[in-house]
Amino acid sequence: MTKVLWTQQMIISTNINGKLVEKSVEPRKLLSDFIREDCGLTGTHVGCEHGVCGACTVLVDGTAVRSCLMFAVQADGAEIKTVEGLKQEKNGPPLQDAFSECHGLQCGFCTPGILMSSLEFLETNPNPCTKDITEMLSGHLCRCTGYKGMIEAIHKVSNKNL
Amino acid sequence: MKPATFDYYRPDSVVEALQLLEEYGDEGKLLAGGQSFIPILNMRMSEPESLIDINHLKELDYIKEEDGYLKIGAVTRQSKLEKSPLVKKLVPILVEATSFIGHIQTRNRGTVGGSVVHADPSAELPLTLLTLDAKVTIKSMDEEREANLRDFFITYLTTEIMPSELLTEIQIPLQHMSNGYAFEEFSRRHGDFALVAVACLLDVDEVGTVTSGRLAVGGIDAVPVLAEDAMDLLIGKKLSESLLQTVGEKVVEDAEPDDDLHASKEYRLNLAKVLIKRAIQKAYGRAVKRGDSL
Ligand code: FES
Ligand code: FES
Repeated sequence: MTKVLWTQQMIISTNINGKLVEKSVEPRKLLSDFIREDCGLTGTHVGCEHGVCGACTVLVDGTAVRSCLMFAVQADGAEIKTVEGLKQEKNGPPLQDAFSECHGLQCGFCTPGILMSSLEFLETNPNPCTKDITEMLSGHLCRCTGYKGMIEAIHKVSNKNL
Repeated sequence: MKPATFDYYRPDSVVEALQLLEEYGDEGKLLAGGQSFIPILNMRMSEPESLIDINHLKELDYIKEEDGYLKIGAVTRQSKLEKSPLVKKLVPILVEATSFIGHIQTRNRGTVGGSVVHADPSAELPLTLLTLDAKVTIKSMDEEREANLRDFFITYLTTEIMPSELLTEIQIPLQHMSNGYAFEEFSRRHGDFALVAVACLLDVDEVGTVTSGRLAVGGIDAVPVLAEDAMDLLIGKKLSESLLQTVGEKVVEDAEPDDDLHASKEYRLNLAKVLIKRAIQKAYGRAVKRGDSL
């Protein structure tokens, strides 16, 4: 059993974007804050901190989750991918290009989370229909684009994969 | 919005988790998927002394068919339920209902047991499992017991589970799984909390007469409402506009929905009647179709 008192810190070891990271954290530290503050990976954005906006989405052991709804101590032993690791993924650079070409972003605040969700999504749905894409995007709030460009961008990447 | 401090425990087995619950009782809170609970912590609506993280309990992560039941471990992720071929084959209504829970990104983390004990009156799983006549296994250091979901929910976010207890399994009886099923929900935006949700199971005979039906409604009272008397009105009959109307009226007869920012009481009651009608019609249609293809 693992036990960490609130006054203590726990040394966690995670693999972030292919690099082994070992750091000590207090139990109440959110994974999103750990990624941004302790690891300096500020590409992961924090919008609402209660699971509504999706800006903080990262991949934990391959699945897209909201990092503001996990504690860093829970990621001990996990493999994490953030937007900074996107370029290492097969669909990463094509997604970045397609988002840019299709105007899938404006201010870019929501974009890192959406890219990470899209990455997992394309992994399991190589050839999705618009309805599936919309369903996946519904976990994210974008206040700029109106989502149209993103849908187009994701179609574009999936067509390339055909 | 940062949570207050807490002691963190990560038990490696159910027994260890039960020992912790025994020791910390009210001060110790179980942390499963955390998709409802961590927002509550972040907003400091709850500041427990200790958190007992049961995410690592692999022994509670399973979906299996056994002794005439579909058994689901409490920390099974909702997305696993949604994608399970076994669930799709045996209890398709669960797959349909799960697709309405939050978003893919929260279902990847949210657990089945967590949703049941959180007992939000408009949540999809409590409602659907109640319709399915499911029961749950509850363990503590001293005993293991079973509870039928019909007695389990007490009021908003409150169940009969005691602070020293852990819900370990959900069991869905498969003996008389209905051919017709439907899940209907209305929310402001897809993925938001349901204003009203309805789950319905229905069977018909060869000529299309209803032989059995179960239906529950969420969002119109402090707990999901199982409409037994109302559904009895359908037995031995074929669907008609006036019958559906009567059933709808009867289901919401004693309901006491909230009046809040999202919808007024009258709106919720009216919405419930509309969704009840839709759910029964859809379940009926599927039951007739399944009967034909058999
Ligand atoms: S910051 Fe995590 S969902 Fe908004
Ligand atoms: S691009 Fe500005 S919020 Fe999405």
